[in-house]
Amino acid sequence: MPKDHGIGASPKRREDVRFLTGNGKYTDDINAPNQTYVYFVRSDVAHGTINKIDTSDAEKMPGVVRIFTGADFEGVGGVPCGWQVTDRFGEPMQEPAHPVLAQGKVRHVGDPIVAVVAETLEQARDAAEVLEVDITELPAVIDMKEALKEGAPKVHDDLTSNLCYDWGFVEENREAVDEAIKNAAHVTTLELRNNRLVANPMEPRVAIGEYDASNDEYTLYTTSQNPHVIRLLMGAFVLGIPEHKLRVVSPDVGGGFGTKIFHYAEEAFCTFAAKAINRPVKWTSSRSEAFMSDAHGRDHVTKIELALDKDNNFLAVRTDTYANMGAYLSTFAPSVPTWLHGTLMAGNYTTPLIYVNVKAVFTNTVPVDAYRGAGRPEASFQLERVIDKAARELGVDPIALRRQNFIKPDQFPYATPVAVEYDTGNYDATMDKIEEIADLAGFEARKAESAKNGKLRGLGIAHYIEACGIAPSNLVGQLGARAGLYESATVRVNATGSISVMTGSHSHGQGHETAFPQVIAEMIGIDESQIDIVHGDTAKIPMGMGTYGSRSLAVGGSAMVKAAEKVIAKAKKIAAHLLEAGEDDIELANGEFTVAGTDKSVAWGDVTLAAYVPHNYPLEDLEPGLEETAFYDPANFTYPSGAYACEVEVDPETGKVEVCSFAAADDFGNIINPMIVDGQVHGGIAQGIGQALLENCVYDSDGQLLSGSYMDYTMPRADDLPNYTVDHSCQTPCTHNPLGVKGCGEAGAIGSPPAVINAVVDALSDYGITHIDMPATPARVWEAIQAAK
Amino acid sequence: MPSVTMTVNGRAVTGEVEGRTLLSQFLRDDLKLTGTHIGCDTSQCGACTVHVNGAAVKGCTMLALEADGAEVKTIEGMANPDGSLGVIQAAFQEHHGLQCGFCTPGMVMAAADLLAGNANPTEAEIRKHLEGNICRCTGYHNIVKSVQAAAAQLG
Ligand code: FES
Ligand code: FES
Repeated sequence: MPKDHGIGASPKRREDVRFLTGNGKYTDDINAPNQTYVYFVRSDVAHGTINKIDTSDAEKMPGVVRIFTGADFEGVGGVPCGWQVTDRFGEPMQEPAHPVLAQGKVRHVGDPIVAVVAETLEQARDAAEVLEVDITELPAVIDMKEALKEGAPKVHDDLTSNLCYDWGFVEENREAVDEAIKNAAHVTTLELRNNRLVANPMEPRVAIGEYDASNDEYTLYTTSQNPHVIRLLMGAFVLGIPEHKLRVVSPDVGGGFGTKIFHYAEEAFCTFAAKAINRPVKWTSSRSEAFMSDAHGRDHVTKIELALDKDNNFLAVRTDTYANMGAYLSTFAPSVPTWLHGTLMAGNYTTPLIYVNVKAVFTNTVPVDAYRGAGRPEASFQLERVIDKAARELGVDPIALRRQNFIKPDQFPYATPVAVEYDTGNYDATMDKIEEIADLAGFEARKAESAKNGKLRGLGIAHYIEACGIAPSNLVGQLGARAGLYESATVRVNATGSISVMTGSHSHGQGHETAFPQVIAEMIGIDESQIDIVHGDTAKIPMGMGTYGSRSLAVGGSAMVKAAEKVIAKAKKIAAHLLEAGEDDIELANGEFTVAGTDKSVAWGDVTLAAYVPHNYPLEDLEPGLEETAFYDPANFTYPSGAYACEVEVDPETGKVEVCSFAAADDFGNIINPMIVDGQVHGGIAQGIGQALLENCVYDSDGQLLSGSYMDYTMPRADDLPNYTVDHSCQTPCTHNPLGVKGCGEAGAIGSPPAVINAVVDALSDYGITHIDMPATPARVWEAIQAAK
Repeated sequence: MPSVTMTVNGRAVTGEVEGRTLLSQFLRDDLKLTGTHIGCDTSQCGACTVHVNGAAVKGCTMLALEADGAEVKTIEGMANPDGSLGVIQAAFQEHHGLQCGFCTPGMVMAAADLLAGNANPTEAEIRKHLEGNICRCTGYHNIVKSVQAAAAQLG
């Protein structure tokens, strides 16, 4: 019987009721009294010098309150970057200024130049129409390799080149890796592109700035995954507002996928302008604006080499990656191709020698930063593709080749040559599971069936690993993070025993309001309905770092457990007093404190009441009240892993790829709510299939964004995708967090792209096709077939 | 400004709108029915789906003035009279057919439209019918399951 409450149960999500009835409170649903609206005039060229901005006609337009330009932001801080990478020569990365509104130059299509604030959005837009912005267009750099050539136009005149950094990892291994590759029995080489994506949460970004002159206090409502991070970055680095005067609220947020982690110029603008005009200022992004102002994802160009010995053991991996930073450094951009990517290049394998080189490059495109998986999908894609290619070259079974090189269960904890230590795992178990749930044994029969219909059927397998639960603060500090990465929670027990948990994690679809109470309910033995989760408001929660990198439960959940443990420890003292027993003899189960070996008991609610009505209470030893806060800083990352299987049918006449089936066998450690975990995996797989087959963010050589709306950027729709078979019964619990959980938010997006492309290449293998770049659109597949014929 | 009158969720409403005001804007900004969401500006995401005279319509493809005299139903009108979730809504909750909830009102309205015309749709028909509604969170698997469950219950 599945459990019906507590850890391991799948209660219906409580947040759903408001979402299903239209009562969700998203940022755009908020309207402040007397609010104004801002419309941003954005650059329509990729690179240019601003000669003149004439606002005089626009200022006379009806409803215009004030027009801001870059000049209004002189002396105000720029949008900061939260991570400094040190290059392989020991030098810090090149870090350009990032003004809130363009100063002197525009550097990508969408760069904000002028902000028109008016009584209504339509009036702001109408006024923008008559604004005159005179720009001299400059040559733009779009291609990364071109951008690094001598004499290429510079995105930032004050930097020495367009190279942000040249990172080597592990630099000391460089020569040994070169040597191993030179002498190996077999080397498989693959050049590939990890396509640029746009995260596209369905809710566009929104920001509302408010200023209360009577108290000199600011409030920012924003669609953020981490309101405290925004408060810190914007308050300390851009606007100089101390924390106690700045409240940041992220109410219901309609999806994030990474792109709502970052601090954006529009947030700073609305907060700044609210004071300047002493009225609330609201900005709601249109989808077209989102395409040119939300940070993009991926965009790596990579060459990977895998060296094997004569027995097909992996000897070495060497990779060369160009990573697009776009025109400015978004909040966590520098960390994505480095620490979130290079450290995962061991995959699930015992490869002893690894060297990763990454050149991060400025181009005249929208900034690129973390998108679901962030660096780990790029690592996984290269590795799982090159292993497949190697298996084909060597004529061995791709599953057997992987199994042969897996880190084995008795090798954990396993220190990889790329500086991380995997705590647990059992990769053969997930591989066994995928063979079963994807019915791999039946593939040849299905392939024959497809062939009868003139279709080419392919099977693709991938086995990913990722690092989640970012991260030990002292470690990331050494690696260049300008923030800590702990999480916080306050467990506030009310007098009658109900509980509010204030968590620094933020839910934007993940279901924290349902899953987090399951943990507390299990610990105390009370009903989940007695527990509420409060999140997303810096005025209500302790300083927290928010939700990304599949960290909510592993880090935020752990903080909550620590705080609840403190609460329980204190409650036991109170119970001991009430029961006239020794504290060590008190046990808590099913919402009752009992004295071990006796029938004496007191209910949870009586103890909590005593804490707040301390008539019969050990006041000399114990403070009244029952509320505890904990900050949890993880000792290590967590390492979810899993085996994915994809079957596709390719129509050789049209090049169209259909995903016939998709299965995932993940090891997430312990599971709190299986229903939510399934849903997270489904969503991740859909985004991964989207990347592999449909989605592509494309610029032309002048820097015009060619895929700037849903007409050109192909979002996966219901009829593009199959049902998924997902399993998470293989569980090697994390050894270093109290729940034994690993995180499940990104897995689907990490494991699926290589599985899909391996399947497409398998289907096309009779043509001798060994690689196809993402997205494998009908045009690309058809062309590949024609070229191979 | 011209005025417009319509019935929304059974209630007669009147408002003054600009000629360019979209039905979706009128519902959100004038009537404060913020359950209807705006997810794009090219009429391609379906977050704004409502019913106009019984048929599903993307609220951003229609001017408010065009809905003059119409019967409009939004997500706020989909619960049972006692406030409990309607069959389709309940099926979405039961089968985890939503995560962030942003696409959800449009999905529910589109699903209701499908089931009104086809009591027993196949999986392919469901996927085809929902093709105008983008969900970035769920991968659609559980949305399809929710609609199937609702169909079974309504059938
Ligand atoms: S807002 Fe109407 S279809 Fe996107
Ligand atoms: S539930 Fe988030 S977009 Fe569908």
